[in-house]
Amino acid sequence: MDKSFQKIRNDFPILNQRINNEPLVYLDNAATSQKPNQVINELVRYYQNDNANTRRSVHTLGERATEEFEIARKKVQVFLNAKDSREIIFTKGTTDSLNLIASTYGEENIQAGDEIVISYMEHHSNLIPWQQLALRKNAVLKYIGLTKDGQLDMEDARRKITDRTKLVSITHVSNVLGVTNDVKKLAIIAHSHNAVIIADGAQAVANIPVDLQDLNVDFYAFSGHKMMGPMGIGVLYGKYDLLKSMSPNQYGGEMIDSVKKYHSTWADVPFKFEAGTQNVAGVIGLSKAIDYLNDIGMKNISKYENELVKYILPKLLKIEGLTVYGPQDTKNHNAVISFNLNGIHPHDVATALDMDGVAVRAGHHCAQPLMNYLGVTATVRASFYIYNNQFDADQLIKAIYDTKEFFNV
Amino acid sequence: MSLAGLDNLYREVILDHSKNPHHKHTLDHATDKITLKNPSCGDVINLEIELNDGKVTDIGFTGEGCTISQSSASMMTDAVLGKSVKDSLEMAHIFSDMVIGKKHSQTDLAKLGDAAILSSVMKFPARIKCATLCWWALRKSLGEDEND
Repeated sequence: MDKSFQKIRNDFPILNQRINNEPLVYLDNAATSQKPNQVINELVRYYQNDNANTRRSVHTLGERATEEFEIARKKVQVFLNAKDSREIIFTKGTTDSLNLIASTYGEENIQAGDEIVISYMEHHSNLIPWQQLALRKNAVLKYIGLTKDGQLDMEDARRKITDRTKLVSITHVSNVLGVTNDVKKLAIIAHSHNAVIIADGAQAVANIPVDLQDLNVDFYAFSGHKMMGPMGIGVLYGKYDLLKSMSPNQYGGEMIDSVKKYHSTWADVPFKFEAGTQNVAGVIGLSKAIDYLNDIGMKNISKYENELVKYILPKLLKIEGLTVYGPQDTKNHNAVISFNLNGIHPHDVATALDMDGVAVRAGHHCAQPLMNYLGVTATVRASFYIYNNQFDADQLIKAIYDTKEFFNV
Repeated sequence: MSLAGLDNLYREVILDHSKNPHHKHTLDHATDKITLKNPSCGDVINLEIELNDGKVTDIGFTGEGCTISQSSASMMTDAVLGKSVKDSLEMAHIFSDMVIGKKHSQTDLAKLGDAAILSSVMKFPARIKCATLCWWALRKSLGEDEND
């Protein structure tokens, strides 16, 4: 494995601590990533030097904050190869972005009898907004099934997406199964039926190269905090013409063109979707996180994570009584691995692993329909990032054996 | 290896209750049924209770959850079966206090029976809800809401 990744750990002071007298092994990256010094220091620098409200203050600080904010927008655009920086809207996170589409585009375009197509592997944030929209509009919500090995069933996708389908919304990378979905192909299918397609990029942007023009999706949503940025900042990408056709999601300061006593007109895209004072520090922190990821290179990150999966997955599969959910091979497997130990509830496993310093998630991962589909109520989930290494993987394996011994299974 | 610390939480008696839970079944003559969930983890308890003349004459539970939630429900049903509503509610209060570290007399704790052993859960804050879910179900079933 690439040795240069070892020094990355030095950028993350939080990793350098002991939990229950054991070295911290942080494997809950699908929930949130840790932040490097570069991002933490950038937030301090911004607040110590440039803090002001954007797009309304004529003074020098106001100018600086506004300029940094717009540089960040441009940086996101280039990072994801969007066509135009006006297609980048800052939000609170993935959930906020997806709700924004449902409450604007969805509200204005979905009618009774129309179909909305999602899949069984959606996070609740890419499920409930569509479920509720369907209920409000008397639309039909359809689920694309999975293949036996936990991948999106593309044959079923072709069956489920029809001429009545107006909207398709699919996760780019599953937060439970670790698979990457062929969003590009889904976009071709959706567009052939004149449906718009949305991809939930929460688990993708941090881990694999994303090229929005190549994927050709209509909307794309993600969060900053899973890609080393601060919490509370996220992005909604939308194709310019679509965004232009949509009504604002919120009303308030700096999203207007003019306000009269009895009517108002709206600012242009993207500002009409950014009402009120923005999370400027969040945007600037996200911008720094993108610099950090770019310095390493998204291809290198994806390759490194795949090597970790190749290292850990066979070791997990060898453990007696351990079931891995999702693909059993490493071909289409991001560094998110869900599993259960026969005879031990996932919460008990997570508490036991924590005693060995290993932080994992246990529960339904905000994907209850998927849990039902898999026939379980909960799973343990270990998710790796670029500061994790073989030592972390070995600690996880050792802690699992300790747990089995303790519970005598 | 520091799993030794787990002994504090997973005492033998807790593991026994979890493996062979008492009163884990539905009732033929339930006077009240309640389902409570822990939405953050997906644990579910269905508590059924039969009250006669202000007494818990039968009690049973079904549902899914971890070792702590299952053993807690098992120990709770042992503790309150045959007790008056008033005594059962008092036990629920003692239990709620106990798991967050509030002091109670040994006499009070003795009323809980095996369930008193779950005081160990206070060292595992993330797991307190697992232990209290069934007791909340009991309180609701006996007419208390969370503000009482």
